[in-house]
Amino acid sequence: MAARDGAMTKRIAIAVVAALVALGLVPLVWFVVSTGGRPSLDAGVWRVLGFTLWQALMSTVISIALALPVALALVRVGPRWRDAALSVLSLPQGLPAIVVVLMLVTLLGESGWLGGWYPLYGLGGIVLAHVYFNFPLASRLFAQSLMNVPAEHVRLSQQLGFDRAALWRRLELPVLWPVVVRAFALIFLLCTASFVIVLTLGGVAATTLEVAIFQSLRMDFDPARALSLSLVQIALCAVLVAAAGRTAWVETGTTRHSVTAWPSSSHAITAAVVVMALSALALPLFLLIFDGVRNLQFSETLARATLLSIGLAVVSCVLTLLLTWPLAKGGHFMSGLAGVIVPPAVMATGWFLVLLWTGANYLWNVLALVALNVLMSLPFAGSGLSTGFARMGAQRDRLYSQYGVRGFNRFLRFELPQMRQAVSQAGAMAFVLSLGDLAAITLIGNQGIITLPSLISQQLGNYRSADAMGTALVLAVLCLVVAVFSQRWRDDPV
Amino acid sequence: METVLKKFSCILFVLFALVLPAAAKPVLTIYTYESFVSEWGPGASIQANFEESCNCSVEWVALADGAALLNRLKLEGAATRADVVLGLDTSLTAEAAATVFFGPHGAGLSSKPSRFEDPMFLAYDYGYFAVVYDTEKMKVPPASLDALVNGDPSQKIVLQDPRSSTPGLGFLLWMKAVYGDKADEAWAKLKPRILTITPGWSEAYALFTKGEAPMVLSYVTSPAYHMEVEKTERYQAAAFAEGHYLQIEVAGAVAASPEFFLAQDFLRFMLTPGFQDSIPTANWMMPAGQTSKPLPPSFAKLIRPAKTLLFTPEEVNANRRAWIDEWLRAMGQ
Repeated sequence: MAARDGAMTKRIAIAVVAALVALGLVPLVWFVVSTGGRPSLDAGVWRVLGFTLWQALMSTVISIALALPVALALVRVGPRWRDAALSVLSLPQGLPAIVVVLMLVTLLGESGWLGGWYPLYGLGGIVLAHVYFNFPLASRLFAQSLMNVPAEHVRLSQQLGFDRAALWRRLELPVLWPVVVRAFALIFLLCTASFVIVLTLGGVAATTLEVAIFQSLRMDFDPARALSLSLVQIALCAVLVAAAGRTAWVETGTTRHSVTAWPSSSHAITAAVVVMALSALALPLFLLIFDGVRNLQFSETLARATLLSIGLAVVSCVLTLLLTWPLAKGGHFMSGLAGVIVPPAVMATGWFLVLLWTGANYLWNVLALVALNVLMSLPFAGSGLSTGFARMGAQRDRLYSQYGVRGFNRFLRFELPQMRQAVSQAGAMAFVLSLGDLAAITLIGNQGIITLPSLISQQLGNYRSADAMGTALVLAVLCLVVAVFSQRWRDDPV
Repeated sequence: METVLKKFSCILFVLFALVLPAAAKPVLTIYTYESFVSEWGPGASIQANFEESCNCSVEWVALADGAALLNRLKLEGAATRADVVLGLDTSLTAEAAATVFFGPHGAGLSSKPSRFEDPMFLAYDYGYFAVVYDTEKMKVPPASLDALVNGDPSQKIVLQDPRSSTPGLGFLLWMKAVYGDKADEAWAKLKPRILTITPGWSEAYALFTKGEAPMVLSYVTSPAYHMEVEKTERYQAAAFAEGHYLQIEVAGAVAASPEFFLAQDFLRFMLTPGFQDSIPTANWMMPAGQTSKPLPPSFAKLIRPAKTLLFTPEEVNANRRAWIDEWLRAMGQ
């Protein structure tokens, strides 16, 4: 019975995601068919695809390679340091791409503080910016899954006198592997869809599939070509997701443990890795603070944009969690990725057509904005919640079912208290993501809706790039506050 | 159940409360680009001036830029909610006219350089594209497009992508107007001078003011912003011997709109000081109609292009895709 409970909500969640995606794709297909368009691809697309995949592969491999030692070191430093580090690691996700680009330029550009030695314009810059965004994400995901390892296992490994290699082979790798695969898929998809970074830092010859999609929708208005290009992207992602989906879920342990299972280590290497990772991350952030504080001007527009951003982020965070919960519980990774697989530009165009044909009003535009944010946050929140469910363990799930604890009661009284940490972290990720999102608002069009990222883009568009850094600082501080608070919400001990 | 009903009727009430007062006066819906109605744009004062006399209320719908504006019209077709479309430029009007039926604007002619005489689209401002340079990093700017193309590759320029940005497309047309069939060779020569090609004007200009490159593609009027607001003459536009490519921004009234006459009133208003006064220092373009006071002194210091380069809307419409493909090949994409 209880199993059916979960299955039902899972089916509803999948249906919601599928409906949202269908609402994006079907109208566009209809539009193309009814205006007599034909799907078309030319040879240029394959060249674009080649570069897209190459830069995404480089960015992903480097992000993950850097994240692994950071995560392994993070779980071994004291809890206070670890939590602080995890908060800082969640920051880049909340910053619009152009802000990160400008931060890196301030640091490493032609006239940057440490400028001159790094080839910022070209593949090097693209990969650097992608790694700056994604290695913190991977580090967080890895660290969270390492914190799930039962304390007995760690103690046992010490008693058995495992050396470093054996510890990695027998304990850490099995736990990390599924997360590594999922993180790889997620980061790879994010990098293939990247747009502002690839163009701005790409130098002369860089381009991606997303640019081609954007061109065909925006400049040429060739929905047939946009649709064909998206199908290429969807096919590509489907292969990737299918591969990622094959990795088995590792069930971790049978009993509950505190998350600080790993013995803290005073190794110089551990400390060095954490310090290096954090300073690499923090250096551009310090420049943002430096630039931002000088240019911060409190205005009514800034205050309104801040409040509106927070409001929209709260709504999309709650909706994301509601939608992710059954998906993550059912181990349904595929549907969570929908928002990354279907290009947001295509999805937004489809929704726009629906809104147009149904004569929907302003309120629906806002809803579409939130929905797009929710779809784009799903994979991030999904990763967070999956880790929580893994910690809770399938046996506990069966136990509840045997005792007939089910439905909302089970959710509220039994599952939620043990999932607080996962929920707060997944929620923080969704919150931070929609706080910093510019794509949705640009695509749906703003009718007096000004959020912090769109204020930044307006300031940049009006010669006020210095003021934009002040606004970006407000955004960064908000993200940090949310991240810090999300670290404080702990699970109930059982 | 009862509480659900109560909640539902509350929501309905709030919705009606939001929608109803707007229906009292005629509403003029104007589609435009974002920077026109941002905090620093001319939108707010223009709205106030027009609403003073029209007994109507103006509602803006802001899209990212001129291209996004046209795209929205193409998606909406005849079902568009727009009464006025403000912010297309002349490289987009041919397509816009093929998409939505625009009525005659019925306003007089705009002033000279923007000699765009069209029964449907009214020119309300104009600006020449220009290479803006940083005088602290570059003592001798290129004196011609040819000098830019053949100049020292260590002195870089930031350009915009013609696939996603209006100035980017403008520069592509500029190169085409000067080099014609040899444009691809010129692009190949210019290539080593290009630091990077950004998706839009904002990113390019931000990189430029951060000191990443001594040159950027922008407008002749850009130095006026720095002189008026930042009180500095550091950034100047380079005058090119071949002439400068002109961007004329236009507006049109949608013929099928129930508020067509109101829309025409607005278009006529667009050439009066109530509209034009805010163009120079809020939209940072040259006014195409009467202003109540002379242009600010900084505008007198701007370069005056020797020659105007401009393709007709039809030429742009017929060739844009082919020219962009040619550019892509020349850039090695």
